[in-house]
Parts: sequence; C-alpha cells; structure tokens
Amino acid sequence: MSSALQIEKSPTTGDETITNYTINFGPQHPAAHGVLRMVMELDGEIIERIDPHVGLLHRGTEKLIEHKTYLQALPYFDRLDYCSPLCMEHSYVLAIEKLLNVEVPERAQYLRVLFAELTRICNHLLNIGAHVMDVGAMTPNLWVFELREDCMNFFERMSGARMHHAYLRPGGVHQDVPEKLLVDIGEWLDTRMPELFGDAMSLVMDNRIFKQRNVDIAVVSKEDALAWGFSGPLIRAAGIPWDLRKSQPYDVYDRMEFDIPVGTNSDCYDRFMVRVKEVYESGKIIKQCLAEIPQGPIASDDRKVAPPKRAEMKQSMEALIHHFKLYTEGFHVPAGEVYVATESPKGEFGVYLVSDGSNKPYRCKIRPTAFSHLQAMDFMCKGHMLPDATAILGAIDVVFGECDR
Amino acid sequence: MAVLHSAPRFTQIDGLKDTLSTAIGDDLVEAHEEHGELMFTVRRDSVETVLRRLRDEHSYQQLMEIAGVDYPGRAERFEVVYMLLSVTKNNRIMVKVSAGEDTPVPTVTTIWPNAGWLEREVFDMYGVLFDGNTDLRRILTDYGFEGHPFRKDFPLTGYVELRYSEDQKRVVYEPVELAQDLRQFDFMSPWEGADYILPGDEKADTPPVSEPKVTEKPSDTGAGKKADKQAAEKVSSGAPAEEATGEDPAPAPEPTEDRADRPAREGKTTDTGEATEGKE
Repeated sequence: MSSALQIEKSPTTGDETITNYTINFGPQHPAAHGVLRMVMELDGEIIERIDPHVGLLHRGTEKLIEHKTYLQALPYFDRLDYCSPLCMEHSYVLAIEKLLNVEVPERAQYLRVLFAELTRICNHLLNIGAHVMDVGAMTPNLWVFELREDCMNFFERMSGARMHHAYLRPGGVHQDVPEKLLVDIGEWLDTRMPELFGDAMSLVMDNRIFKQRNVDIAVVSKEDALAWGFSGPLIRAAGIPWDLRKSQPYDVYDRMEFDIPVGTNSDCYDRFMVRVKEVYESGKIIKQCLAEIPQGPIASDDRKVAPPKRAEMKQSMEALIHHFKLYTEGFHVPAGEVYVATESPKGEFGVYLVSDGSNKPYRCKIRPTAFSHLQAMDFMCKGHMLPDATAILGAIDVVFGECDR
Repeated sequence: MAVLHSAPRFTQIDGLKDTLSTAIGDDLVEAHEEHGELMFTVRRDSVETVLRRLRDEHSYQQLMEIAGVDYPGRAERFEVVYMLLSVTKNNRIMVKVSAGEDTPVPTVTTIWPNAGWLEREVFDMYGVLFDGNTDLRRILTDYGFEGHPFRKDFPLTGYVELRYSEDQKRVVYEPVELAQDLRQFDFMSPWEGADYILPGDEKADTPPVSEPKVTEKPSDTGAGKKADKQAAEKVSSGAPAEEATGEDPAPAPEPTEDRADRPAREGKTTDTGEATEGKE
C-alpha cells in the first residue's frame, strides 16, 4: 500500500491526533487485480469509507466499436475480460443474431456452449487461485495455473490463439475443431482436472486460516444483493438461485442438465465455494456437449452473414462476391435495438446494441459485471479490517479490461 | 416472424405491454415491442416515480444497466435507457427518457444504490446531468479530462495525447498528432441515397450564364502564341551538371591506398575510376 499517509491534526484538541487517515490502495498493487485505485479512509485498521477510482484502463472500446463493422468489432470483446474472452464474444454475437434473426446450426451452438464452459472453468481457476493467494496461500494458485495452462492449450487447438480467440461469429463459429481435441478435453475432464483441482482445493477448503480470512466477511443480504445489481456467483452466494443459463437459456443450454450452486451465508467463503462448485458443474456441461454434439455445418448458410467455404470460392463466382462483400463492406443489420445478456463467469454480461441499418453499430453499450460489484465495495467493506479488503476484492472477481472497457 | 436466433429467451408474458402501459399511465410517451423486448419511453421528469412503481408494484427488482445514446439530429439529443430485470417474473424491460445537454434527468439513486456509478458513467461519456445525484464526478476518463467522449461529434482520436516527458520527469499532455490520418471507409452505395456529393455533381446545380463561352476566335480560347522554331528543336539541352562551367574540372586525384604517409586527398573528385579499379 503505497503513498500518502497523512495524519490529520484536529484543530480542537491540543496534542491529540485523530487516528483517521487516508491511504491509496493501488493503482499498482498486486492484490488490486489490475489497475484499481481505492482511496481508503481508515480508523486505525478499520475501513470507514472506500472510494474506488476506476477507468485507468479505459480504452473507449464502445466508441471504437461504433467505427468498425460488426465483424471487425468482435475482437474487441476478447480484450474486455481477458480471463473469459469467449463469454464476452458470446453476448455480442447473440445480440447481432437477435437483430438479424439468423439461425445458428446445432453443431455451432454445441461448440459455443462447450468452449464457453471451458472458459468458465479457466476463469474460475484464475479467480480461485488469485483469491487464495490474496489471503496468503501460494501453492493452490500454482497448481491451478497448471490446469489453466491445459485450458489454454485446448483454446489454442480450437482457434489458434491462447487468449484472444475471436472464435465466435455471427451465425456460428469460425472453424470446426479436430475430433482429437474433443477427445482430449473429455479425457482431461475425467482424469487430470478433478485430480489436480481436487488436490488444490483440499488444501484450502477446510483450511483454518483460509476460513478465518473469509467466513463472515462482507455478508450481503438477499435484498442488498438485488438492490446493488449483483449477478453471477455473487448473487448465487447470497442464496438466490439466479443463473441466466438456466432461467434465460441461450444456444443449447436448455438441453443441459446442471445444478446451480447457491450459498447460505453470503460471505466471501460462499462466493469462493460457489465458484469451486461451478467448476464441477461446467465440467458436467462440457461432458454432455461432448456426448451429444452432432456432426454438421458450423456456421449459418446465410451468405449475407457468414462467409462461404474457401473451396466453394474457387468454383463459384457468387461465393467469391459474397466473400468480398463480407470482408470489405460487411453485412448490414436491420435497424433496431436489443439488450442481450449472458451468464459470463463473473456475472451478467450484457450488450445493448443499437443498429441504424448500416454495417456499423450505431451504439454498443457493454454492461460489465464488475462495475456494479465494485461499486458495492464501499458498502461491503465498511467496518471490516484493512486486510479483509483484499479478500472481498478477490471474491468479487474483477478484471479491469472489462470494468473500464 | 419466426424466431430463428438462439439468443437468451426470457419469459414472454401475454399482455405485459398493456399492463405496464396502464401502470405507467400519463407518464408514458410511447411503448413498443421489438424482438420480444419491451421498451417504454416515459416523460423525463417522472422517470423516478415510474421506475419506483415498476420496482415496487411490478417486481422489477434489479437495475442492470443505464445506457446513454447520442442522436445529434434530435431536439433533445440524448437518450438514457434503463435496463430492468425481474428475477421473479424472469423478464426484462427497457425504460427510456430523452434529455438535452442542459435538461437534467432525475436521479434513481434513491431507488437503487448501484445507479450512482451508472449515472456517473452516462454523465462522463455524454454530459447528461442527473438531478439529485450527489456524487456526479467523472468516472472512466482521466482526472481533469475535458469534453464528453462518446458524443457523436467528439472525434475518435480525441484532442490530447499524453506521454512521459524525460525532461520534465512527468507525464505531459499534448495535442494529438497523427502520423497518418485515421482511415474511415465509406460503404454507402451512391445509388442508395448517399448524402454526399460525388465529384462533378456540383455542376448540375450551377445556373446557366448569360453569355455562353465560345471558342470561335483564337483569343477566346485562352491559348498562348503559336509555337516558334525553338519548340521544334528535337534535342533537349543537357542537364545543368553536364554543362560547361568554363572552369577546368578538378584533376584526377592520386591514389592513396598504398601511401600511408600522404594525407587524404581534398577537393572535388570527378573521376575515381583509375583509383578504384585494380591495375594489371
């Protein structure tokens, strides 16, 4: 915790000093999970008030998107929450598809769900590891990073990129995956994942120190969770079984059987445990996808939206024209506006897309998950000790690429 | 229209549009449905009461988002859109108000505490004022930023850029200088009502002149005198460097390669062929 430590002298009492002082937490602090600056007012070690300053990573993504065609804007979404890039793309492509009312082939829907869940695992592993490290344990983080590395390798085999996949497309996905990859993911889920993850979690779940640092920290009532706009693991930890994959299913989530873990106490420990359980639930979804995934096309055959196959372009003049038009002008989206929200690993990630009928979005408002959660930082930290702030922040799961856009 | 897409499907409630329209009552400006999503435009002054009624009587418990949109063509250029979510009815609606640059919107921080930051963001990006928000600071832009970047008339590149100055040992702001202009491609088809003028189009509107231009006499054409004899010469004169200057060119220097004791040659060299080509 760097910088100004100022002790205020009271003007009324002679030598007595008022112990309230203000410190900067971040913006360069390892437990701040990125560039977060929190101005904390402390009474001794008790937090009186927190004023989070966000926007240090603001890149004007929404404005940039207004100047790009719909397809060119897609990779920006990978760079929002760079820990769960595919789930960011998911909301965006669904919003475009809703405006276009274009059908997505079944195999593509399965692939989207499959890799969105793998992304969820990947994201939760990072957060679980980081959260554990924030409260002082080192080893589990190193172990889950092994698993993350496996996930990254799967993503690389899926799209060619480890982090910024740009894999989803309006009308489907970019390319089909090799069968061997699906086999390997299944094998990984059966053997390595549960073993290593179970080992890592066994170190912390019942650990006395970990519980002391998390249980009964930042308890949020159901009413408060609703009022503060909580979503994702935070609202589930508060005991509300609210999961957009279940209640507002998209793609093939309505065919998946999985449970929604909910917390009972709504503290940081519950938030942590909800994520741990969700990793297993995501594993269940992936296995169902692997079992059910049909053969078939991976992108829409609407040539005004999805490009033709390379081989087709060698033969068909029309295919060549479609390809050229799609990659220069792009497709035009009928005028209208939609708000599409999906369950990203961190909570509700929404895209409010306004189209004026041209090939570029007129307005693309991104609803980040962390924005509402981080706003509640002051409310959740009040009265807690300074070291609890890191645990609370870790349990929020905030990534600034997404929060600041 | 058949629903083909696979976007999130929330519960569609029959007659919800009418129910909520009645609930909003006189404050409703317009209600319409699009892609299965309900949008209610309400009067700006009463947005707080309307949203409170929707939360308390129609169980829209959560405010998920407040989005600003800029429509510079309208009389009140901004639109503020509230996304509401009901976790009990499993339903979403949008409530909109319009606002100008100097017509504040009543705050909803009194209903939802998380509206604070959302309103701050709309203020920061568009300059929409929220009446009653006690903490209307900028949120995403830099400390001391000027302007509202998401307005349509704010350039994508912005006005200032910053760098670390080694001289002053601090970050300094400078006007944006682009090595290359920002590329903007225009994909509007000129046949589909483009609103710009194609080269040559401007001639169509020029009124006819009283004296039409003619070229009957040579003086009408604006051409110069006839070409003279010199113009007929086919051989062009030499380049300036080759022309005789009257002075002797500098003599060829003597080679210095194997005479270490002699100083390097001075002056203009014109021919170094002998010096550089090996002798047999």
